[in-house]
Amino acid sequence: MPNALSLNQLSISELTGRLARREISAREITQACLDQIARVDGTVHAFISHNPADALAQADAADRELAAGVTIAQKPLLGIPIAIKDVLAVKDHPLNCGSKILGKFVSPYDATVIEKMRAAGAVIFGRLNMDEFAMGSSTETSAFGITRNPWDPARIPGGSSGGSAAAVAADEAIATLGTDTGGSIRQPAALCGCVGLKPTYGRVSRYGLTAFASSLDQIGPFTKNIEDSARVLGVISGLDPKDSTSVDVPVPDYVAALDGNIRGLKLGVPKEYLIGGLDPEVKASVDAAIQQYLALGAEIVDISLPHTDYAVATYYIVATAEASANLARFDGIRYGQRVDGADPLELYTRTRGAGFGAEVKRRIILGTYVLSSGYYDAYYLRAQKVRTLIRNDFLAAFKQVDAIITPTTPTAAFKIGEKSGDPLQMYLSDIFTISCNLAGISGISLPCGFTTNPKLPIGLQLLGQPFGEATLLKLAHAYEQSTPWHREKPGTLA
Amino acid sequence: MEYEAVIGLETHVQLNTKSKMWCGCANAYGAAPNTQVCPVCLGLPGVLPVPNEEALRKTILTGYLLNCEIPRFAKFDRKNYFYPDAPKNYQLTQYDKPSTANGFVEFEFQGGLSRVRITRAHLEEDVGKSFHFDRNSGVDFNRAGVPLMEIVSEPDITSADMAYEYLNALKDILLYGGVSDCDMEKGMVRCDVNVSVRPVGSTGLGAKIEIKNMNSFSGVRRALEYEIPRQIEVVKKGGKLIQSTRRWDDTTGITEEMRTKEHAHDYRYFPEPDMMPLAPTEEWLADVRKLVVELPLARKQRFIREYALPAADAETFKNDVALGNYFEPLAKQSANPKALANWVINNLRAKLTETNEREKTEQAELGIEPADLQLTTLADLKFPPAALLELVALVEAKTISSAAAQQVFAEMYATGQAPAAIVQEKGLAQVSDTGAIEKLCDEAIAASPGPVADYRAGKAAALNALKGYVMKLSKGKANPALAGDILERKLKA
Amino acid sequence: MAATDIDVKYVAHLARIGLTPDEEATMSARLAGILGYIEKLKELDVTGVEPTAHAVPMVNVLRPDVVCPSLPHEAALANAPAQANGLFLVPKIVE
Repeated sequence: MPNALSLNQLSISELTGRLARREISAREITQACLDQIARVDGTVHAFISHNPADALAQADAADRELAAGVTIAQKPLLGIPIAIKDVLAVKDHPLNCGSKILGKFVSPYDATVIEKMRAAGAVIFGRLNMDEFAMGSSTETSAFGITRNPWDPARIPGGSSGGSAAAVAADEAIATLGTDTGGSIRQPAALCGCVGLKPTYGRVSRYGLTAFASSLDQIGPFTKNIEDSARVLGVISGLDPKDSTSVDVPVPDYVAALDGNIRGLKLGVPKEYLIGGLDPEVKASVDAAIQQYLALGAEIVDISLPHTDYAVATYYIVATAEASANLARFDGIRYGQRVDGADPLELYTRTRGAGFGAEVKRRIILGTYVLSSGYYDAYYLRAQKVRTLIRNDFLAAFKQVDAIITPTTPTAAFKIGEKSGDPLQMYLSDIFTISCNLAGISGISLPCGFTTNPKLPIGLQLLGQPFGEATLLKLAHAYEQSTPWHREKPGTLA
Repeated sequence: MEYEAVIGLETHVQLNTKSKMWCGCANAYGAAPNTQVCPVCLGLPGVLPVPNEEALRKTILTGYLLNCEIPRFAKFDRKNYFYPDAPKNYQLTQYDKPSTANGFVEFEFQGGLSRVRITRAHLEEDVGKSFHFDRNSGVDFNRAGVPLMEIVSEPDITSADMAYEYLNALKDILLYGGVSDCDMEKGMVRCDVNVSVRPVGSTGLGAKIEIKNMNSFSGVRRALEYEIPRQIEVVKKGGKLIQSTRRWDDTTGITEEMRTKEHAHDYRYFPEPDMMPLAPTEEWLADVRKLVVELPLARKQRFIREYALPAADAETFKNDVALGNYFEPLAKQSANPKALANWVINNLRAKLTETNEREKTEQAELGIEPADLQLTTLADLKFPPAALLELVALVEAKTISSAAAQQVFAEMYATGQAPAAIVQEKGLAQVSDTGAIEKLCDEAIAASPGPVADYRAGKAAALNALKGYVMKLSKGKANPALAGDILERKLKA
Repeated sequence: MAATDIDVKYVAHLARIGLTPDEEATMSARLAGILGYIEKLKELDVTGVEPTAHAVPMVNVLRPDVVCPSLPHEAALANAPAQANGLFLVPKIVE
């Protein structure tokens, strides 16, 4: 019953239609989101901070443009409130990366994705909670408190983009941006029951994304449905002269690709993803999704990704090594929260000792160790070679299939505190999402059902070819439109 | 036992690009602190480096000028260390895949040619500049991210003087190639010196001692003049040298050991994930090769060979490229390039220097900043280059005396008038009429009994006084050689 | 591959992270577990395999030598924990 929904619960597609017909104003949409934040964020805590006055001023500017005749074709996100993970630089907004160490840092510049979204007319607001420096799978390592899963506040929302997923699931924003280094978009999207897309490495500029692992990080959208995901991806994609690793591949019309016709497309089911820890309800939902795809005319093919079992180990070497250098700049010299010392060495060790949380320290030390003299070849170089094997697995599979279908996570959302004492168990929960980043391919998570008691969302993951987002979205859209899951909303949160 | 020094140099050179290495901030010296900085070169969260193509081009050009191989694959790496002047706490550099490798520099040393092999010339970034106060230090990041080329030599240098000559030769090459302004005062060239000693005849290497961060060539020479005997003395006394880093104190003239770090450096190099490798195409390299210029030493040798110049003149033209470029096309047309070189160096250059000095004083009085001075150059001369050729020809043809030629030159420098016209206007043509000169000679002999007596007593040099008298009587126009001959004949009669 | 011989004190020093003795002990135990797990990479034969440094291989991504505006001076120093005379202040650097 769409009429019963308030504006903050609607999708970009619905809102832009109503804005174009002048039935509603951008200010009303933004106000609806702000009202919802006031209502539920005390419980959810998706936002570290937000500035209502600034958001409303941007909405008013969008309304003036609409009044002046600017069209959605010209500015596809005009008047749409989109909230931002705390790892992305927004000019004149705080940037903390979920950490204490940045102190009162305010960014003097916009990330490229922010520039692109501004140019598309979006209302950019809020700082969304996250695991500190995106290191975590539960948003429990944030220095700004935990974020709760809108479907069950006793549970984690996933991570590291937990705030981004929870804000969309709780209808506090129409869409959000997150980042994905080993599953940090897809896993929280799955656990919160929304759509999360990790684009191909190089599809979206990383300029302005505070790097965790430079060769793995990508920015992507969280949305209420697949069409919105296509809309936002179309806006943020493309070559950026400020990012040497962004790729010059034309940006197709992703929305136009959503034609529902997936007949004859081949979906691969990797046998290595049937692991011991896979929850039966998750398995049942994914099996049902596979049946649904057959019914929609897709072909299902058994495939093998033989090096899957090595992905987590490879990831934790590559990601921590890169992170150990990326996070060296947080030293209290040019910015951030300084703890003074008698000399620079003392200043560094005190500032970084006090500013970083336990998980970040652990990963920096692991990454420093695997690069240190005498260990480089055994750890880092070997991991880079295994990475080649993992990537080759996928490239070989994509010679047979158009996309790969798997669960996003082995289980639904776990309880707050359940795994925080055991980092290795936490790392292993990323088993299905990590390979995608190592291979640099595209991936998406979308709702495919619920566990029964309690009712928690289950995510379906589709992995696509490099720059195969259009096919991925088409496949996801066909499934979404033939199933009811995306229309489900969590219960009352207030 | 006799000992010898083994010296290798790591020379850091700022490239003279317009913008910095990874961002669009200006690469310019002298701005107020932290005014040429942006999120990228301040190492703010989220920024990414994009390499400057011109800096790579200048590095590869340097590789060609230093006779290096240009690998078809190169990459950037992160060198991890914490220092307040390093915005990212890692330096981007080329660790195991540099853009150029295995070259050499040839230069004149102790009357012969010396060759120092070049291990590599690779591209990296400069760091910020620190200022030290009583209780703290301050950092200016304007210099952070300026493209820096590191030229590493093999340990082929054997003395302080040789190190000095190598550095000068290197600097000349970089200036010739236009890759760096090499302004030592502005810190554009800095050196780390590695020096060890060993018994003459041995091939092993002694403990390597590094002298860090030298910013003048004469400092390098002095540091080595101090350090080599110091090391030899330690060894001779039975002491043992250990690998260490020392600092040169320019005021006291000694090197001293720097505080040894608790742990040895562990730079944890790894390939920079934020940038793509470099694989220069043949086409791109061919374009760079078009920028290759004649090397300074080759130019000097060619000037000696082709224009029969004395080494000192050729050296002048090597060092003053503009003057050499002015000289060369004229020399090709000149019957006597050596005489022409004399005019260019001793007259033209001197006059131009004098003009420039005057201009500096005048403009300084008008309050014009040193950087904005407008000085006359070879391109601004009032007379065309061919006029100088004409002047030399007039002297060669004995149409004017060299004394008169000085007057002609002064006039053409001042007015731009053609030499022939000046000669005519001022009546400076040399008199070679024997009858007229005979008369003047007689007059001179009559008026100079002293020199006449001296000459007749066997003092041949006394003839010059008489000759001078004749020139004076002729107002400089008499042909001096002819006057000499006539005087001699008359006095011997 | 040496498994669990990580000297946390030394590595933390390299990374300039001050750790309390308690943190050091916990860190050692946790890292030992993770490094033990990572050992599994030894099982694979990687002879002749090229390392992957970039997910999407490209070469020669360069920018033209063009000057762009820098940050306004105030903005450059706006986040500085300590500053004077336009400089970022730090404790005295002693070499």
